[in-house]
Amino acid sequence: MAGYVIQRCLQAVVVMFVMSVIVFVGVYAIGNPMEVLIPLDAPQDVRELIIARFGLDRPLWEQYLVFIGNVAQGDFGRSFVYATPVLDLILSRLPATLELTLAAVFGATFIGVPLGIWAGYRPDAVSSKTIMGLSILGFSVPTFWVGLILILTFAVSLGWLPAGGRGPTVTVFGIEWSFLTPEGLSHLLLPAVNLSLFKLAMMIRLARAGTREVLLTDTIKFARAAGLSEGTIVMRHVLKLIAVPIVTVFGLELGSTLAFAVVTETIFSWPGLGKLIIDSITSLDRPVMVAYLILVALLFVTINLVIDLTYAALDPRISRGAAS
Amino acid sequence: MNAPLLEVEGLRTHFFTRAGVVKAVDGVSFALAPGEILGLVGESGSGKSVTGFSLLGLIDPPGRIVDGSVRLEGEELVGMPTRALRRLRGRRIAMVFQDPMMTLNPVLSIGTQMSLAIRAHDAVSDKAARERSAAVLARVGIPDARARLDAFPHEFSGGMRQRVAIAIAMAHSPAVIVADEPTTALDVSIQAQILFEMRELARESGTALVWISHDLATVSSLAERILVMYAGRIVEEGATATVLRDPRHPYTRGLLDSLPATAEPGRPLNQIPGTTPSLLALPPGCPFAPRCAHASGSCREDPPRRAAAGRAYRCHHPLERVA
Repeated sequence: MAGYVIQRCLQAVVVMFVMSVIVFVGVYAIGNPMEVLIPLDAPQDVRELIIARFGLDRPLWEQYLVFIGNVAQGDFGRSFVYATPVLDLILSRLPATLELTLAAVFGATFIGVPLGIWAGYRPDAVSSKTIMGLSILGFSVPTFWVGLILILTFAVSLGWLPAGGRGPTVTVFGIEWSFLTPEGLSHLLLPAVNLSLFKLAMMIRLARAGTREVLLTDTIKFARAAGLSEGTIVMRHVLKLIAVPIVTVFGLELGSTLAFAVVTETIFSWPGLGKLIIDSITSLDRPVMVAYLILVALLFVTINLVIDLTYAALDPRISRGAAS
Repeated sequence: MNAPLLEVEGLRTHFFTRAGVVKAVDGVSFALAPGEILGLVGESGSGKSVTGFSLLGLIDPPGRIVDGSVRLEGEELVGMPTRALRRLRGRRIAMVFQDPMMTLNPVLSIGTQMSLAIRAHDAVSDKAARERSAAVLARVGIPDARARLDAFPHEFSGGMRQRVAIAIAMAHSPAVIVADEPTTALDVSIQAQILFEMRELARESGTALVWISHDLATVSSLAERILVMYAGRIVEEGATATVLRDPRHPYTRGLLDSLPATAEPGRPLNQIPGTTPSLLALPPGCPFAPRCAHASGSCREDPPRRAAAGRAYRCHHPLERVA
């Protein structure tokens, strides 16, 4: 097991290195930030001075090496626009996105998996067909439209919930959280629902497909022959047999939502990472883009590692197989 | 003969598929005495496994028991509410399946699966269930049973897994165990062991066995009485020795002749011409007639069941007794 983890960590280092090169070159290709940052009427000597101060006069490979050297010391550079350290900027936006993402992904999983199991367990019931019909809707209706409809319905027409923003926050361990106050929770609800609909639909479909497949196996027939109750069969046998794909999608969704909840955050003016990256792209704020994308890559590498370790816990055949 | 433990009468299990009605079991009747070992023999598709599953009420849609009765210790199982039936399954009537690779849950430990089976019927503590699991596993011949409770199925060989499945079936000392080809998926050397052990276990605990198999040789070494099934019906039944020595139905004769043990070395094996008929659209009359050397015009009508002196057969042209 330890060897397996070490091997995966080495792989992760390689992935991170390759990713950093791709990101650096890609961001360089997008455009020259100096054209946005320096006023057009600035004299040539001022212009050159500024470019030199940001180190942009040097060749790309040299810029990259300087960047890597700084990152090794925990310095991701300073934002061109805000002039603050990029890492601080990202970390200050992280809690907002984190709570939104966790609410959406956990909500989708804890509601979607039971619904999916039910739909797979009773495929012909009216309730199951309703669930499946709604899940198609969840897949096919675009997020931005649902977001607008949610705002229109619950904020504008009914006036039950706020239309946007984070609301009041409570500081715990030096980090600001919305979900700890009733007011903040009401702000969180609509964007979380909006963000979770697609994932909910996916979890339902995944759990249903798995359940239908598992129910046909001899394992379940044998459990029935032993007189196990249907509740025990679903909770102890089925749930564990369908867990592996669900955990995979859970992890990937967690990562991609953390990184790219852009649409929902924009619609609900949620001050999270998605808004930060969009703003940094429009203003060609290179250090923010680079640091953000590299941190996202790191996030995915970490999540994948955790998923793989979870597999081993869920399915004993995987861990012993990897060890031998 | 003792009062029957299990009585099956006119059992019909049909599958309602899009292509039509498959009459997998079509009028099967037999009785099982306490502690008896009954062999149920037939080719693939003869309906023997479906018969086994029907006894426990484990027929999944589109299949359904459409007619007949299964009485276990006097209680009618056909049409019994699911809840009541569940309380009998595993406790009074249990089943062992064909492939031990598929029956055990790969992601639950042996101990967990045993405990689930024990606690399905007895409200005992987790610890007590583990104790009992270890005891039952030891009984079916698993060495170092207590330590192996935490092992997973993939750490066991095929034979060992089948022993675990047998242990789960034996956990509540049921009156009947339906064994659906439990040795078919195993190595030949293991087959004989499991066969012997199951017979001993059944004898010790007084459990009756319905041993389903396509392998006449296996069944003949085990069962006191055998039923020969063809196309969803029982075509011949009787004491094992009698049926093997003196088959009356041409189908039974064909099965016996195709046994490798009876063939001359170096010669091709005898076989029954043709294949088992599709159960979708069975023509009226004897279903074996198209493959039968003795068939005549009268075979277009259903042969009556002729019973005498503990044996019965359904054939218009029964074979003569061997003197």
